[in-house]
Amino acid sequence: MAHTLLKSSQTHSFDLIHSLWQPICQRSDLISDSGVCALWEHTPTQKKRKTCTLSRKSIALFFLPSQAQQLYAIDNWDPIAQAGVVARGILAELDGEFTIASPLYKHHFRLTDGLCMENSNIQLSTYPLTFIGDTVFIDSNSI
Amino acid sequence: MKKAESKTKLIIIGNGMVGHHLLEQLAAHKQVDYFDVTIFCAEPRTAYDRVHLSDYFAGSTAEDLAMGSARQYRQWGFELLVDERVIEIDRANKTVTAQSGIVKNYDQLVLATGSYPFVPQIPGNQHKKCFVYRTLEDLDAIRSAAANAKRGVVLGGGLLGLEAANALKILGLDTHIVEFASGLMPIQLDAGGSALLKQKIEALGVDVHIGTVTELIEEVNGRLRMQFRDGSELITDMIVFSTGIRPRDELAASAGLQLGKRGGIVIDQNCRTSDSDIFAIGECALFKQRIFGLVAPGFSMARTAVAQLTDEQTFFSGADLSTKLKLLGVQVGSIGDAHGHTENSAAITFIDEQAGVYKRMITDAEGKQLLGAVLVGDTDNYDTLLQYHLNAIVLPEHPEQLILPTADNAATAPGTPDLPATATVCSCHNVSKGQILDTIAKGCHSLEEIKDITKAGTGCGGCAPLLKNIVDDAFTTLGMEVNNHLCAHFPFSRQQLFQIIQVERIKTFPELLQKRGRGYGCEICKPAVASILASLWNEHILEQPHVGLQDTNDTFMANMQKNGSYSVVPRIPAGEITPQKLIVIGRVAKRYNLYTKITGGQRIDLFGARLEQLPEIWRALIDAGFETGHAYGKSLRTVKSCVGNTWCRFGVQDSVSMALLMENRYKGLRSPHKIKMAVSGCTRECAEAQSKDVGVIATDNGWNMFVCGNGGMRPRHADLFATDLDNKTLIRYIDRFLMFYVRTADKLQRTSRWLENFDGGLDNLREIIIEDKLKICKELEAQMARVIDTYQCEWKATINDSEKLKRFRQFINSDKTDDRIVFMNERGQPRPAQVEEIVGVVEPI
Repeated sequence: MAHTLLKSSQTHSFDLIHSLWQPICQRSDLISDSGVCALWEHTPTQKKRKTCTLSRKSIALFFLPSQAQQLYAIDNWDPIAQAGVVARGILAELDGEFTIASPLYKHHFRLTDGLCMENSNIQLSTYPLTFIGDTVFIDSNSI
Repeated sequence: MKKAESKTKLIIIGNGMVGHHLLEQLAAHKQVDYFDVTIFCAEPRTAYDRVHLSDYFAGSTAEDLAMGSARQYRQWGFELLVDERVIEIDRANKTVTAQSGIVKNYDQLVLATGSYPFVPQIPGNQHKKCFVYRTLEDLDAIRSAAANAKRGVVLGGGLLGLEAANALKILGLDTHIVEFASGLMPIQLDAGGSALLKQKIEALGVDVHIGTVTELIEEVNGRLRMQFRDGSELITDMIVFSTGIRPRDELAASAGLQLGKRGGIVIDQNCRTSDSDIFAIGECALFKQRIFGLVAPGFSMARTAVAQLTDEQTFFSGADLSTKLKLLGVQVGSIGDAHGHTENSAAITFIDEQAGVYKRMITDAEGKQLLGAVLVGDTDNYDTLLQYHLNAIVLPEHPEQLILPTADNAATAPGTPDLPATATVCSCHNVSKGQILDTIAKGCHSLEEIKDITKAGTGCGGCAPLLKNIVDDAFTTLGMEVNNHLCAHFPFSRQQLFQIIQVERIKTFPELLQKRGRGYGCEICKPAVASILASLWNEHILEQPHVGLQDTNDTFMANMQKNGSYSVVPRIPAGEITPQKLIVIGRVAKRYNLYTKITGGQRIDLFGARLEQLPEIWRALIDAGFETGHAYGKSLRTVKSCVGNTWCRFGVQDSVSMALLMENRYKGLRSPHKIKMAVSGCTRECAEAQSKDVGVIATDNGWNMFVCGNGGMRPRHADLFATDLDNKTLIRYIDRFLMFYVRTADKLQRTSRWLENFDGGLDNLREIIIEDKLKICKELEAQMARVIDTYQCEWKATINDSEKLKRFRQFINSDKTDDRIVFMNERGQPRPAQVEEIVGVVEPI
C-alpha cells in the first residue's frame, strides 16, 4: 500500500521532498460525478513547513467513478466570483479534458492543474488525492 | 441637406394605412427635425388597420384596429387636422385649402388620399339597404342593418367580397355571394382553384352564384329583390357591394396633375407626380398604368417618398401582387401569373379531391422558372414558391416536388448560391440577401443574432427556410460548422434528444450518453438532459443518477447569490397568502437573519441563507404548509393575478381562482426555460398577462388566452391565441401548449423566442394546438396529466431523506461554517459584505 501511495505522489511533481498523506473524508461522503467541499485544518501536531501559510483551507473534492483518474482536489475558492463555490459546479469535459464549471459565472477550471480555461492568468491550486480502502487521503504537504 | 432653421413645410393629405406608414418612417428618420409636418385627415378618426377590418365583427374594437393617434403625432411634433377634407390645391401659390376654410402653405405635398369603393351602375344601387365595405362607419351601418335582417348578399366574389361575406356570416346572416365572372377571385385564381374555393365556401354554408349579372335592385314588401340577367331572382334584406376600388384623384384632377386614362395620379419611380413638389402614394397613385390595391406596395411607396424628401435614393419599381390569405377559413395563395397567360408556359397540377387541395404551378417552357402558382386548401408551399418566383431561382430538376406532398411535409427551400445579393429575402421587413451577408461579415455568427439585427424572418416568418439556407451557406463558406447540436457530447438538437429519450424510454444520463452520445458530458448537456428526463419521467431531481447533472440552484433547490449564500422562495400561489403564513415567513426570516424582498411575481424572497441552513429553514416553512416555489428551476415560476371580480368593481371573472388552478396544476413542470403566467380579471390587465409566457385575460364570456409574451431584456407583447374560452378549454389549450413547447423548444429558449423561430408562426401553432393538425394533442395531454399526477414538493421529499440531506453540509468533514460569507447591516436588514469590507477581517479559505 505504501508503494502505491508513493507512486501516486510521484505522478504529481511538487517542489516538496515528500508527501504527507492525511485522511480528509470517507468514500461515502463523496458524491458520484459531482463535488463536495472539505475543510483542511492545520493542526498543531503537524510539522511546520515552508509552504504552509494558511491554517485552514476549503477544498473541493470531485469523484468520477467511471474514469481512469477517479479523484480530484482543487481550491474551493473561485477568485473570479470571489466566493467559495467551486465544489457546487458541474463537472464538464471539454475536448477530452476534465474541468469544473464554477456555478456563479461558469468559468471552467481544469481539474488536473486548476488552470482557468477562459483566462490563463488564473490558476487554482490542485492537490493529490487518493483512496486508501474507503478513506480518502489528501497530500497535506502540497497545501 | 436642409437647415433646421429653414424647415420644409410638408403637408400630407390623407391618413390611411399608407399615409400613417409615411409618418412613421419620417418620425424615425434622423432628418425629421427639418420638417414642419401637417396632416389633413378627412375621416373623423386617424389611421386604422383596414386589412383586418373584418375583425371588427369578431370582437376587435376601433381602438384595437387603430394605428396612429393624435397623441402619437403630437409626440412626433406633427400637426394633425382631423375631419378636415382638403378641397383645393393651389399649385401656383403652393397652398392647400380645407373645407373649414383653413389655408396652409407647403413646400412639399404628399397625396395619400386612397381609394373609394366602386359601385356598378345597377338601378336601385342607392337603396338604403345597400352598403359598401370600406370604413369603420360602413361596418357600423352594416352591423345595425344586420340586426333586423335574415339574409345578406355580397355583390362581388373577389378578395374583399369574400372578406365581406365572412363578416355577414359572423353577423349570423344567411349569406350569398353574387359574382359576375365565371369564378370566385377571378384575378388571383385559375378555373381549377376557383372551383375548389367555391366548393369549400359552399360547404361552409355560403351560397355562391357565379356568372350572374345583376340588372336591377328593387324593394318588394320591405325586402330587396335582385333581378338577374338570366331571369332568376334573389330576395334579400341587405346588399354589400364589393366590386373593386377606384383611386381618389378628384383633388389631383382639379389641381391639374396628370391622371391615367381610367383614373389614378400618375407617378414616376420616385413617387413624384407631374408636379415634382407633389408626391402621390398608395391606392390613389398610378405607376406604369397600374393601381396597387394592396398594403405592401403602398408601404413601399411611402418609404420611397420619405427617401426622396430626405435626399436619399430609393425607387419604387412596382410590386409583386402575390398574396396568401385565409378566407372564410379556406387557405388561398396566388403567385405571379396565376392564369398561365405567359406565352409557351407550362403547368403542373396536383389535386387531392378527398383532402380538398388544389395546387398548380406555372413554369416557362423549359420548366426552369416559376412564373406563377395557385394554391387552394393548403398554402404550406406558398413561401417557398414565392421565393423561387420573386428571385427567379432556377427550379429543381423535378419541380413537381415543390407541390407534391412529402413524407415529412417539408417543402424544399431553394438553394442560395445563385440568388443575387439584391434579392429580397424578407418582404415584411424589406431585407435583402446582401444585407444578411453584410451582417454576417460584420461578425454576427448566429441565426438568432442575424434575425435580431436585420429583423429578417421576424414578420410573417415565411422566409424562414430561405433565410436559414442563406445563413448556413454563408457559414459554410466561412468554414464555420453549422449545427444545432446540444454540445460536443450529443450530435442532436434538444428537440431530437427529447424524442430519443421518449421513444427509447431512456431514464438516466449515463444510459443516454452510452447509447447516443460521446465523452463525459458538460454543463450544457447535463442540465438540459436532466430537464428532459424530469419533463418525461418526473423523478426527484436529487435521486442518485440525476444529482450531478443539475445546476447548483437545482442541486440545492435554492438560488445561489453572489457571495455563495442562497435565497429561498416558498410558493405563494397566485400571490394569495393568509396572515398566519405571512407571520411564519416573518418569523423564519427573523430567526435566520434573512433579507426579505417582495418579488415581481407576487411572492417573498428570503436572501442570505447558508447552504447548511436550507434544510432547517424548509422544515419550518413546510411545517407551516408552504411548498417549494421552484424559483431555482427551469420550470413554472408564478401565476400572477389581480383580485378579480371578488373584490374589484371592474372585474368580470374570478382571476384569483383561475390563477390558483393554473399555478397548482403546472407547478413543478420542468421545461426548457422558466415559465411565467398571469391572469387578469378584466381588460384593464392589472396582472400584466400580456408580458407572460401564458397570459389569461377575463372577458364577459370567459377567457382570452395569450401566448409567448416576455418582459426582461427583450420584451415581447404576447399574441392573442384564442378567445372567449371556458375554463375547461382554456386548461386544455394550456396543457397542450406547454407540453408542445417543452417538447420542441431549444435549450434555454423562452416561449417568445421559440415562437419567433417556429415554422409557420402563430397560425401553425394554432392549427397544432387548437385544430390538432399533427394529431398529437391527446398525447400532449396525457403527458401533462402524468407530470401533474407525479408532482411532489421536492423540499418535502428532501427533508425526510437523510441521504439527500447529506448534500446540504458546508463541509463534509466539519461542522464549521464558511466564514467568508459575511453580512453587513443596511436599512435594518442584512446584505452581503463587499470584498473590501472582508479583507483583513477573515482570511481566505
